[in-house]
Amino acid sequence: MGQIQLSKVTKKFGDLTVIPPLDLQIEDGEFVVFVGPSGCGKSTLLRLIAGLEDVSGGQVLIDGQDATMVPPARRGLAMVFQSYALYPHMSVRKNIAFPLRMAKMDQAEQDRRVTQAAEVLNLTDYLERRPGQLSGGQRQRVAIGRAIVREPQAFLFDEPLSNLDAALRVGMRLEISELHKRLATTMIYVTHDQVEAMTMADKIVVLQAGRIEQVGSPLELYRTPRNTFVAGFIGSPKMNLLSGAQAEKHGAHTIGIRPEHLLISTESGEWEGTVGVSEHLGSDTFFHVNCPGFADPLTVRASGEMDLKYKSRVFLTPDPAHLHRFDAQGLRVE
Amino acid sequence: MTDMSLPQTRGRSRAGRIALRWLLYVILGLFALYYLMPLFVMVTTSLKSLEEIRTGDLMSLPRDVTFDAWATAWSGACTGIQCEGVRPFFWNSVLIAVPAVLLSTLIGALNGYVVAQWRFRGANLIFAAMLFGCFIPFQVVLLPMARLLGLMGIAGTIPGLIFVHVIYGLGFTTLFFRNYYVTIPSELTKAAKVDGAGFFRIFWSIFLPLSLPIIVVTIIWQFTQIWNDFLFGVSFSQAGTQPITVALNNIVNSTTGVKEYNVDMATAIIAALPTLLVYVVAGKYFIRGLTAGSVKG
Repeated sequence: MGQIQLSKVTKKFGDLTVIPPLDLQIEDGEFVVFVGPSGCGKSTLLRLIAGLEDVSGGQVLIDGQDATMVPPARRGLAMVFQSYALYPHMSVRKNIAFPLRMAKMDQAEQDRRVTQAAEVLNLTDYLERRPGQLSGGQRQRVAIGRAIVREPQAFLFDEPLSNLDAALRVGMRLEISELHKRLATTMIYVTHDQVEAMTMADKIVVLQAGRIEQVGSPLELYRTPRNTFVAGFIGSPKMNLLSGAQAEKHGAHTIGIRPEHLLISTESGEWEGTVGVSEHLGSDTFFHVNCPGFADPLTVRASGEMDLKYKSRVFLTPDPAHLHRFDAQGLRVE
Repeated sequence: MTDMSLPQTRGRSRAGRIALRWLLYVILGLFALYYLMPLFVMVTTSLKSLEEIRTGDLMSLPRDVTFDAWATAWSGACTGIQCEGVRPFFWNSVLIAVPAVLLSTLIGALNGYVVAQWRFRGANLIFAAMLFGCFIPFQVVLLPMARLLGLMGIAGTIPGLIFVHVIYGLGFTTLFFRNYYVTIPSELTKAAKVDGAGFFRIFWSIFLPLSLPIIVVTIIWQFTQIWNDFLFGVSFSQAGTQPITVALNNIVNSTTGVKEYNVDMATAIIAALPTLLVYVVAGKYFIRGLTAGSVKG
């Protein structure tokens, strides 16, 4: 079981409140991603759950038990760090076995679990090497191995892929998702990368300045962002957010329209503009279109075949069914 | 490192570069000569007989090499009325230096580990205070320390001297280890905590095994300080517990008519030999360790 509940959890550093009272429920077996810009308190929140930081107020419940005062090792959680945090002087085998040795598990069981974890993570050939002799991806797998062998209630990942290059990141992303499917253990994953959040999560928690902006499945957040922050944060490229005259026409303070919900045409449409930068991804093309009277260029997604010259005249038409409307406080208006 | 020793010589002719390199060697050679001259005089003088010293040249090599002065220095030279050479004092110094070096290194490592990795309220203040301890002139603490040793009942004993050296070594040893440990990512401590290791377990199993370079630096530094110490040795010892530095002073100063330069020189070399040995054996690590903290990677 790995159900985690935060109840009015607060964190202050001196006079600075990093996390105002916050409630959150994480169900057993869920893959939850904390996402937000840097400094939003997502890593702090993870460390509060791990017990590496003491809460300033509120409670952390693990499987219904109050774990607020329980030391990190006894919470039944395992953590994977951004810098891997492998013990440099120990072999891969000893690194993975370290938590088991700390728990004074008998040697045969230790060996069995290390061997099994090494098989799962393709590390069998590297067990006698030191971390310094491994590549970034292998080190990350060792760190995950060290977490797996403990058979924890939940895994905590603190930006585990940030130090890897782009290609490796995609590979490890799949491996972690695969691992979650196989183990069906609760995982809490912190990242600032909304693509990681969208692709991996069962449930995304969007944080800003220590507050939860929205909790929901990736598609819920994508389709019905609760406010302009979530609307702008989730989705790549970003949602176009417009305020002023255009928004007032739709009876809102701000309107949002995603790049794929703008129809681009060279003949006619609601808004007229000129093409700025085009980004060709092969499958899609993103045009940045400057429309007179709009503060920022609009991003439009078109098919990969479409090719428009710089400065050419185009017309855009928003799909009214996918228009998001927000009030003066930035909250969603239905 | 070697290719860094020359200044930028781009654009110079090949001959010019060779000339510059030779000039450099000559200058370095002169410096080396200057530093080695006293050692040369000491070694040669200690191998001469008194007769030869009196009649000969200070810089000349000994005509008849004799180790009599060394034998006298080791087991026959007089300090005051006692004529047993430096041998008993040499062992006193070993008995003081070895435990004092080990203890102050170990405690310094533990202190550095706490200050660098277990941040607590006032940690910086305490570290600053310990750092201040490095700059206190030891003459200032002589009287209060004498009183303290008296109260503890270890005045004039070897444990007393060990105590004093450990206390006044801590400033430096803590500084060394703290600066080394701040370069170790704090995530390592956090990972170990999650893995179930406690305060001392993390220290023994993770931090100490990573500390070899800085341990070597600290041991060399502490050994040199403690072995060469004269002030504490002369202030807090009594007959039977004096270290070799005090004995050296006494041998040189207690003359019976003739000044035995060869014995004085031999005694001084014996007194300096252990520190010299430590540098030769561990010097490579000393340079490495001193720069280890400053460069990341």
